[in-house]
Amino acid sequence: MSGPVVSSPHGPRPYRVDRVMLEVLLALVPGVIVMTWFFGWGTLINIALATLVAVAAEASIMLLRRRPVTPAIGDYSAVVTAVLFAISVPPTLPWWMTLLGMLFAIVLVKQLYGGLGYNPFNPAMAAYVFVLVSYPVAMTTWLAPDVLAEHPLSFAESLRLIFTGALPTGLEWDALSAATPLDEMRGKLDQGLRIEEIRQSPLWGDFGGRGWEWVANGFLLGGLYLLWRRIITWHIPAAMLLALMIAAGIFWLLDPETHPFPAFHLFSGAAILGAFFIATDPVSACTTKNGQLIFGASIGLLVFAIRTWGGYPDAVAFAVLLMNIAAPTIDHYTQPRVFGHAKDRADR
Amino acid sequence: MAALLPLIGRRRLWTFHGGLHLPDEKALSNGRAVEGAPLPRRLIIPLLQHIGAPARPIAQVGERVLKGQLLALADGNVSACVHASSSGTLVAIEDHPVPHPSGLSAPCAVIETDGEDTWAELPEPMGGYPQLDPAEIRERIRWAGVVGLGGASFPSSVKLNPSTDHRIRTLIINGAECEPYITCDDLLMRERAGSILAGARIMRHLLGGARILIGIEDNKPEACEALRFALAETDMRGYTEIRSIPTLYPSGGEKQLIRILTGKEVPSHAIPAQIGIVCQNVGTAAAVADAVLEGRPLISRIVTVTGRAIGEPRNLEVRIGTPVSELIARAGGYRERPRKLVCGGPMMGFDLASADVPVTKSANCILALTEAEAPDPGPALACIRCGRCAEVCPAKLLPQQLYWHARAKDLDRAQDYHLFDCIECGCCAQVCPSHIPLVQYYRYAKNEVWAREQEKRSAQQARARHEARQSRLERQERERKARLRQKKASLDAAPGAGQSEQDAKKAAIAAARQRAAAKKASA
Ligand code: SF4
Ligand code: SF4
Repeated sequence: MSGPVVSSPHGPRPYRVDRVMLEVLLALVPGVIVMTWFFGWGTLINIALATLVAVAAEASIMLLRRRPVTPAIGDYSAVVTAVLFAISVPPTLPWWMTLLGMLFAIVLVKQLYGGLGYNPFNPAMAAYVFVLVSYPVAMTTWLAPDVLAEHPLSFAESLRLIFTGALPTGLEWDALSAATPLDEMRGKLDQGLRIEEIRQSPLWGDFGGRGWEWVANGFLLGGLYLLWRRIITWHIPAAMLLALMIAAGIFWLLDPETHPFPAFHLFSGAAILGAFFIATDPVSACTTKNGQLIFGASIGLLVFAIRTWGGYPDAVAFAVLLMNIAAPTIDHYTQPRVFGHAKDRADR
Repeated sequence: MAALLPLIGRRRLWTFHGGLHLPDEKALSNGRAVEGAPLPRRLIIPLLQHIGAPARPIAQVGERVLKGQLLALADGNVSACVHASSSGTLVAIEDHPVPHPSGLSAPCAVIETDGEDTWAELPEPMGGYPQLDPAEIRERIRWAGVVGLGGASFPSSVKLNPSTDHRIRTLIINGAECEPYITCDDLLMRERAGSILAGARIMRHLLGGARILIGIEDNKPEACEALRFALAETDMRGYTEIRSIPTLYPSGGEKQLIRILTGKEVPSHAIPAQIGIVCQNVGTAAAVADAVLEGRPLISRIVTVTGRAIGEPRNLEVRIGTPVSELIARAGGYRERPRKLVCGGPMMGFDLASADVPVTKSANCILALTEAEAPDPGPALACIRCGRCAEVCPAKLLPQQLYWHARAKDLDRAQDYHLFDCIECGCCAQVCPSHIPLVQYYRYAKNEVWAREQEKRSAQQARARHEARQSRLERQERERKARLRQKKASLDAAPGAGQSEQDAKKAAIAAARQRAAAKKASA
């Protein structure tokens, strides 16, 4: 378009992309604090490392594309991607895997498609799946939530663990690590144990895994903040959590011996984080309201299906990516009825 | 009980999708009564201040004109008359910059005023209009140059003459004034409630007895009270209702107000008359009353001069054609250098390149905005598909998709997403976190579509012309051949054809002989 921008409206604009992203970062704080509390410094180190790599990658690509660097960095979207990735991976993940993941997210998933606004896939989740598929063991080795009470890892020790893979002297991996609650549940169920027996293990808290449920609470708090600030609307999180709960509820009612209580699904793993922070990524989600309901609910169902019958214990990333593919189609079929029109859709 | 139900039903208000709660900023300018603007030395009166064809000048350059004298006649059905707004000399009819989004110049009548403000002889008031032929009243309104004063400037006489296919059941008087800052209708309602009602009564008469609904946003309680008070004094109570509606931009949009008051949606690409509704602005109603009851043409209007860059924001009664710069001076000049001078409100108004343009019938507000009121939105970022725009769009469009296709210049897809249902209210652009000038893209796309259709039409016309010529040539050729054939046929058919052939041969031989003889003679 030629000529200066002279068009109405003329007043100040209340929203800005960078503020939206900052609010998202702010909303992540409680969850991150809880994670650090239970799983140590590793989370924070990962966040710093991922952010550094993501911003550097974004800047380099902008330079290569001969575009102004500041606006791309200044919208903080790379930081959000980095933080979401860093809190989804184990706090002990070797540094180069984080590096790889971030390069993959920013260069391939985001910038190759044209940058913020044009990426069909959620960059953080694409990177997560990429690293998970490439290095499944490292990506599923988590610290046990309480282990730090007995063997606290200092900041320097965490740093050393991430960058050199060396454990503090006298410690073994087996002593430190534990299966994630979802892993544990899946593994034990596959061995034919009943829920009651599985729940004897000290890994369990009130709803989900010990520690894990508090992390989920942290993210829930942040999610409510986002709703309150109108950064996101209720459609995707509500649809996703409800669908997950209903699916889990039905199976639990049918057979409580082999299916965990629905709250377990909500408060273990990445369900809450995914519902409020990941599935709601506007760029790759549905944009119509009805579309968002379908999008969210489908993710919820997929998460349940993959957790229960699929090959990976946690499923949020896969479910989100799958639905990213479907989003444009869903949008097309869920256009609202335009004022003064009898019919719903824009296709002829 | 059954009798109560319709009453309850009638009181109900409906809602439309989206909309915005904006800081209304009306207190800046609605604290003072309307004051007169000084008579300028020069009046510059555009010949096109309305939708339709420009008026055709009938006054001669150099002529002395009087206040209220007809300068230019409505040309064609959809057009409006233009009058002199003060007495003086018509010094020129020439192009002059006018307030228009394009910033272009247009033909204007320029009057050097004489300061006497002498009225021309005005037509008789039509006090007994209910006994008159509606056509006669309509003619008066047409003569008076009344157009919609809410912004669209559609000639009122046309709008008050609906086709006989649709019985008009509801006349809506729009006093919503939903744009921030603007208070001219507010003040008009407070000060001239009686004229508004009188005008509504006339319009109702022209429409064959519709009910009247007056909609006012609830941030104007004084205006509402004034109208209620005035209504109590009239015989109109039986068919008139004043309704206070929630303040929500853009409830003053025609289709939105109709929806709020009646629950009906004007179908896409239709006019309200098709669902039995006519909507007129309060200012238009008062102008109709002036024209019919006093024989006064539309030569002035109330203009809000406001914004924080203005010294003393206020409402002024302004003669059409007064330069904007004079209004600003009358309102205390600039307090600080404005970042933007806007004609209209902050949501839908357009930039004025300079204050050297005249006030027109549709100029409801002159807005001088400071840096803080109209900050530079900065460069637009990519659309992040957050959907905020769709949440606030009163037309229930998907502005993000429209933008996507408008940007890609995919005009067909943009139209599939109902580009032409966009009312350009600006809600979407207002909330967009990427600061994309969405409305600008839609205007651009609409213009492109129009241009393309125009092109298609002229191409069609050219083809039609070409085809007409081609068929004319072919027809002529056919006719020529037919004539030849006929001639030949008539020759063939003539009796004693062989005879004449022999005669011709003989004649030819004789002629040859003559030529030979002549040659010899000359040798
Ligand atoms: S508000 Fe702006 S960024 Fe958000 S979807 Fe609409 S156009 Fe895109
Ligand atoms: S300008 Fe058009 S698209 Fe934007 S909110 Fe208004 S009607 Fe909807």
